[in-house]
Amino acid sequence: MSASVLFLLALGLGLAGWMAGRARAWAFRKDTSGGRLAALPNYHAWYVALWIAVPVLLFAVLWSVLSPSLVMQSVLSSPAASDLPAFGFQRDNMLREAHAVATGAAPAVFSDGAKPLIEPFREALARYNLIGLIAALLIAFASGTLAFLRLKPDFAARTKVERAVMALLLLASLVAILTTLGIVASLVFETIRFFGMVNPIDFLFGTHWNPDPMSGADNPDASRYGAIPLFWGTVFIGAIIAMVVAIPLGLMSAIYLTQYADPRLRSWVKPALEILAGVPTVVYGYFAALTVAPMIRDFAHMIGITSASSESALAAGVVMGVMIIPFVSSMADDSIAAVPSAMRDGSLAMGATRSETIKRVLIPAALPGIVAGIMLAVSRAIGETMIVVMAASTAANLSANPFDSMTTVTVQIVAMLTGEASTEHHTTLSAFALGFVLFLVTLALNFVALRVVRRFREAYE
Amino acid sequence: MTVVHENLEQADAKMGARSVSVFYGDKKAIDDVSIDIPTEYVTAFIGPSGCGKSTFLRSLNRMNDTIASARVEGEITLDGEDIYKSGMDVVQLRARVGMVFQKPNPFPKSIYENIAYGPKIHGLAEGKTELDEIVEQSLRRAGLWEEVKDRLDDSGTALSGGQQQRLCIARAIAVDPEVILMDEPCSALDPIATAKIEELIDELNGRYAIVIVTHSMQQAARVSQRTAFFHLGKMVEYGRTSDIFTNPLEQRTQDYITGRYG
Repeated sequence: MSASVLFLLALGLGLAGWMAGRARAWAFRKDTSGGRLAALPNYHAWYVALWIAVPVLLFAVLWSVLSPSLVMQSVLSSPAASDLPAFGFQRDNMLREAHAVATGAAPAVFSDGAKPLIEPFREALARYNLIGLIAALLIAFASGTLAFLRLKPDFAARTKVERAVMALLLLASLVAILTTLGIVASLVFETIRFFGMVNPIDFLFGTHWNPDPMSGADNPDASRYGAIPLFWGTVFIGAIIAMVVAIPLGLMSAIYLTQYADPRLRSWVKPALEILAGVPTVVYGYFAALTVAPMIRDFAHMIGITSASSESALAAGVVMGVMIIPFVSSMADDSIAAVPSAMRDGSLAMGATRSETIKRVLIPAALPGIVAGIMLAVSRAIGETMIVVMAASTAANLSANPFDSMTTVTVQIVAMLTGEASTEHHTTLSAFALGFVLFLVTLALNFVALRVVRRFREAYE
Repeated sequence: MTVVHENLEQADAKMGARSVSVFYGDKKAIDDVSIDIPTEYVTAFIGPSGCGKSTFLRSLNRMNDTIASARVEGEITLDGEDIYKSGMDVVQLRARVGMVFQKPNPFPKSIYENIAYGPKIHGLAEGKTELDEIVEQSLRRAGLWEEVKDRLDDSGTALSGGQQQRLCIARAIAVDPEVILMDEPCSALDPIATAKIEELIDELNGRYAIVIVTHSMQQAARVSQRTAFFHLGKMVEYGRTSDIFTNPLEQRTQDYITGRYG
């Protein structure tokens, strides 16, 4: 409650400061009888508003972190707290209940021991809310007044405000970067914990994957954590089967669209192809599991492969390949279109046919871009989760038969995280190790792909 | 109507145009142009920007086909054969009528592969030795051999602008064409590189029928023996280069070569 009040206060006071600053700037303008100010009145207004709102907001953040512990301290030092159990679960619970009643979040306490604490909580909350409010007002007034007094006709308010905006923009970009770092840090942390229980060598090179969530939490059987079948399944489904589907189809459609298609047809087909990229992957998942997988199984039975699974790697891979077509196609399309038309004309003027020009000049020139597109597509495919969760199996088979059931890294991450075991258990932690490996691989693929694309851009400057 | 000087020497026309008009959609870019292009002389097309000289040049090897809205009327012949007749093989035509573009456009391949490209697609060389010969000969004719013979595997795009343009000329020569069309081949080059290209054109003269489009009247005067002046889609005047520059019959030609416009 306190933090949101302070937040609103910051906005309200900021608005007041804005109007005051603006009025003052306009007054300057009248005084100097039409002379020019160093900055527009609006900048003076924003300058004052920022000097009020930002300190109050910072204080609000600080206060919302600090005040709960201050409140707790004052409650614990009250005489009513002396009856509490010295430590443990019960003590925490009583304090929590009393706090909830005091703030109005709960109607009454369950445990009698918490009752006498309600009043001290109420008092402490009221006291510290008041202190916070007064402090915020003082801060706002002090810094607002200082800012206001700094306003002069020749005061460069604009540069100051622009600097503040720049800081805001910097902050925005830092949020994304810091989030990434946070994700990596948490992955690394959990992965290290897992590798403390299971030897990384066993994990990376073992060929048997069958974690047992029911086993003891302390001594995992490292021989059950061989991730090679998962890596193989991922590569087989995402990088081999899917690419066998996506690369030829994507490339051919890009060639058709850039070189042969009528502009009117192109304006239809290209967006239609891009819609394919907008289909939620869970829908592809249905399609794979309910339509494609049975078809493939029946087909396999028909040609005499009776061992064919209804959760075959082929079904998941083919549908994933279809999903990837737009990526390959649009990257290839862009890079073929980026080859200067002088190149094409040069070849045609030599008496080359259209297909010779495409094969010998356009594709080689566009190859870096095409390769980069394929690498991005692979990294997308091996990180893809929903299709394989729905269409691939959870059985870790190390097999080269596309009709066999196989599992992937992402499927196992889902399986491990949604399993029965606690978050501390090694089966759960193995999900982080898998995620970390996957993250490193896709990161490397993206990195290389972007480098390739950059080199290719320079080629035609 | 085109004014044609009457003192032109008789020469066999390698290419001929009769009442040629070129349209882009509804817009007429070239209006009723007739001209003979002999092998013995270099023919220059001059005229202000947008007068249609490049458009006309591109219709001589049907490069206008790559522009969907372009349409050609009239008759253009190569050795008396109409190149726009149905059943005409554009691929064969372009092998016989080569082209060099305004901006050097070597393929992003090695120097060797740039030259070998044409002979390979037209099946001109039986083996590696024969191909090597064609590459060397073409580079020699283009005056580039001495400069690049030790780095044939380097990328063609790594050469300087002038070398790139000579590479493109060598590439055009490699398929042994009968006509070479040059569309402002020096407009992207410095004076030294330009001088080398002009020298090269002199050397190629007589072996191939050469048509050069140029913005520079000095260049036309230096390299050509025949000049056609284009203005607003029409061919205004055609004659010996020396006559066009010293004794033009048309007022518009006079105005252009004296720098009154253009």
